[in-house]
Amino acid sequence: MSELLHASAVELGQLIASGAASSREVVQAHLDRIDAVDADVRAFLHVDAERALVAADAVDSKRAAGDPLGPLAGVPIAIKDLFCMTGAPTTAGSRILEGWHPPYNATVTQRVLDADLVVLGKTNLDEFAMGSSTENSGFFTTHNPWDHDRIPGGSGGGSAAALAAFETPLALGTDTGGSIRQPASVTGTVGVKPTYGGTSRYGVVAMASSLDQPGPCARTVLDSALLHAVIAGWDRMDSTSIDAPVPDVVAAARQADVRGMKLGVVKEFGGEGYAPGVEQRFREAVDALAERGAEIVEVSCPNFRYALGAYYLIMPSEVSSNLARFDAMRYGLRLGDDGTASAEEVMARTRDAGFGAEVKRRIIIGTYALSSGYYDAYYGSAQKARTLIARDFDAAFATVDALVSPSTPTTAFRIGERTDDPLAMYAADLCTIPSNMAGNAAGSFPCGLAPEDGLPVGLQVMAPVLADDRVYRVGAALEAALSERWGGLLTDQLWAREPAVQNGGVR
Amino acid sequence: MSLMPYDEVLAAYDPALGLEVHVELNTASKMFCGCSTEFGAAPNTHTCPVCLGLPGALPVLNAKAVESVIRIGLALNCSIATWCRFARKNYFYPDMPKNFQTSQYDEPICFDGFVDVEVDGVGYRVEIERVHMEEDAGKLTHVGGATGRIQGADYSLLDYNRAGVPLMEIVTRPVLGTGAAAPKVARAYMTQLRELLRALGVSDVRMEQGSLRCDANVSLAPKGSDVLGTRTETKNVNSLRSVERALTYEIQRQGEVLATGGRVHQETRHWHEDGGHTSPGRSKEQAEDYRYFPEPDLVPIAPSREWVEQLRATLPEPPAARRRRLVSDWGFTELELRDVVGTGSLDLIAETVAAGAAPAAARKWWSGELARRANAAGVELDEVGITAAQVAELQGLIDAGTINDKLARQVIDGVLAGEGAPAAVVQSRGLAVVSDDGALTEAVDAAIAANPEVAQRIRDGKVQAAGALIGQVMKAMKGQADAGRVRELILQQLN
Repeated sequence: MSELLHASAVELGQLIASGAASSREVVQAHLDRIDAVDADVRAFLHVDAERALVAADAVDSKRAAGDPLGPLAGVPIAIKDLFCMTGAPTTAGSRILEGWHPPYNATVTQRVLDADLVVLGKTNLDEFAMGSSTENSGFFTTHNPWDHDRIPGGSGGGSAAALAAFETPLALGTDTGGSIRQPASVTGTVGVKPTYGGTSRYGVVAMASSLDQPGPCARTVLDSALLHAVIAGWDRMDSTSIDAPVPDVVAAARQADVRGMKLGVVKEFGGEGYAPGVEQRFREAVDALAERGAEIVEVSCPNFRYALGAYYLIMPSEVSSNLARFDAMRYGLRLGDDGTASAEEVMARTRDAGFGAEVKRRIIIGTYALSSGYYDAYYGSAQKARTLIARDFDAAFATVDALVSPSTPTTAFRIGERTDDPLAMYAADLCTIPSNMAGNAAGSFPCGLAPEDGLPVGLQVMAPVLADDRVYRVGAALEAALSERWGGLLTDQLWAREPAVQNGGVR
Repeated sequence: MSLMPYDEVLAAYDPALGLEVHVELNTASKMFCGCSTEFGAAPNTHTCPVCLGLPGALPVLNAKAVESVIRIGLALNCSIATWCRFARKNYFYPDMPKNFQTSQYDEPICFDGFVDVEVDGVGYRVEIERVHMEEDAGKLTHVGGATGRIQGADYSLLDYNRAGVPLMEIVTRPVLGTGAAAPKVARAYMTQLRELLRALGVSDVRMEQGSLRCDANVSLAPKGSDVLGTRTETKNVNSLRSVERALTYEIQRQGEVLATGGRVHQETRHWHEDGGHTSPGRSKEQAEDYRYFPEPDLVPIAPSREWVEQLRATLPEPPAARRRRLVSDWGFTELELRDVVGTGSLDLIAETVAAGAAPAAARKWWSGELARRANAAGVELDEVGITAAQVAELQGLIDAGTINDKLARQVIDGVLAGEGAPAAVVQSRGLAVVSDDGALTEAVDAAIAANPEVAQRIRDGKVQAAGALIGQVMKAMKGQADAGRVRELILQQLN
């Protein structure tokens, strides 16, 4: 049983395809694991065991009938509760959507289902993906499997924690300012934000349309690449999706070769505000890449310092408009409809009670930034900064193949530590935001545990638009180098702490 | 309220017009999704996650709508943007499922055009500032409460079938220097626009169904002043006739306000067709802040010059050129043409001619009898209840001698009453001219016998006295006789 939990998605796919294990066995093992640990981890908002087993049986029947199976057929997956999926609630982590059942599937959800992956359930997130800790979830906070007193990152903390807790081998995330990469970093897992337009946003509850991007989450680089290949590609339902071939990320992950690649270390991402252990493990990881044949240079991206400020104008501006539809008129929460209140009063009461503090803060900031008389100074200036950031990337990629940096300045902070200080919370996305602003591909890969607290550190790889394969080449090379050093994945060190599971039982 | 006599207003003030016209495009599907745009379906049956604004749904632009708008822009002599975007217009109202309207703001797809119109033989140029694309809102029906408005209603019903239907807005620059002709210029502009849109085949242009809507702006400035006055915007102007009436009313109302020392409020006003007056709506003194910003869910539109030129090649003959050609083909005088244009009967005459009627006859019916009936009923000529084909059929019956002009009017009554096509009405109402000489001779003999003195005068050579007898015979025949033949028979009998 326990080897089914510890196995990678690739291995599970092979076991199922070969008949060495049934999808039902694999799925049941993960459901049991969720039963055993999720009361503590709290990664899932919704689990549907019955549905998962029915789907698993369908894959097993397909195999029995001799139908061809995809590489991930029958493998379990957890979906961030921002993706619409029929037959289950979608909350976006907000009370305002509690009880809403979407009548349609997100394109990414549909592709996952079409590839015969088995959906275990929906994972927790900061409300409408706004946050870096899941503490802004309208329901509960998810705990970091490495230390239950720590945050699992956010907004996709549920998906990352579910991976680190071996509740699922694969998960889906979305990344607007780092919501895939920062949780991956602080949980010792892998997460990739594809090139903007590389994956469809159709059916993903929007936070900031020009920044949001769905992507894969996994424990290994190859697993992430296989999931990436399943979900990526042009979608006629999303005008901003790119009608171009998907970079061969699976081949790149298998290649795991950085020989001949020139990597730029972003000079601006380090120093003050960066934990010593984060900087140390990052430097060691860069050295490991150099040992594997990469040429390392330092690159300056001076305009990246405007990224956080510009992001906190553009993102809330789009938020203020995207979240206007949650008004109690058609779906979700409806308060104050006592037969005397006007539609406007019902809207106001529902939004007041249904949205959390961070969501309201961003709606207010965005409304202000778009107001006539302020638009040019705020939204307009932020768009100019965005252009400057994209130019920094262009200039950098003219000389290097990819950029590397720590994924986030610190390891997982304590639950409650930053809830009263929004700016400290926002700083968690300092290194990840530039790639959302410019739309290029980026991923976070484990590079060790910080000596001072024993918590995971992530290395970020940033590659040009539509060069997602380079992210995987570097990530896979790093994984290969460090796995050799550690004798396994970083998450294996967490696995080793749970003898009960390894012995086939659950606690 | 009392109104200033129109002539007095115009003696003291110059009106400035501005027309904002919304046109529903007749594409098969909506602006940003595949739902049908068909009018009149059961509520909320033409909806999907996109036009309901469900969480996660995204818009995809309807290429046909862009094509239609570019063709319209070209027909209105506009420049076509090489690059433009949609913007979000943010406001909370339950008829907008997303609580923002996807529209165009500072980057319209077409701009800087013009339309030349003619009123009573005088030409006016109406300059087009912009033509842009946007989506329509849903339909709200407020139930309960006195006013039919959302305030005070017990509840409101929402129908999102219309939400997301492609709309185009055509905005004029201020139209100056039209003087007393202002309301007629506005009507002529709307008439010409409708003709153009119909010829382009891009819209049903039915004002009563809302597929062509006009917001009529007007302001008054003291004569000689080059500063524009405060304008009002009149909505709910649902016919060409009401465009003219509503503007005439507003000019008189504003004149009265100004003449009595008052101040015109910048506001939206509502036209009441029945009462023939406007009433104040939403005040626009404080401009609403719509927080426009570029729509991030759509990519910019960059129509290639090749495509624009291909579309230009599909444009129909410009209305003015077409009118010149038809007039010369049909042999109408300038005065007759003005009548035709004034009554908006050009297209109908063309259709009637195409259906086989002589141009003069087609003009006589549409610009005369039928125009009068449409006016009396307060409907547009093409909605009067008879088709061009039926008018051609009617004229065919006259040409064949089956009916005469007078009977034809009764046939029209029947057609308008829904009794069927002209031939069927002739049949069912028994309106055919009696050409049986036996029956006519009997009636002529009876008339002669009843009027011996008149008969004697005719015998004495006073042929014009026959008129009295003809009248009697026609009356006896209930009009169903050829008066010329009756006259022949009378003279024959008395010779």
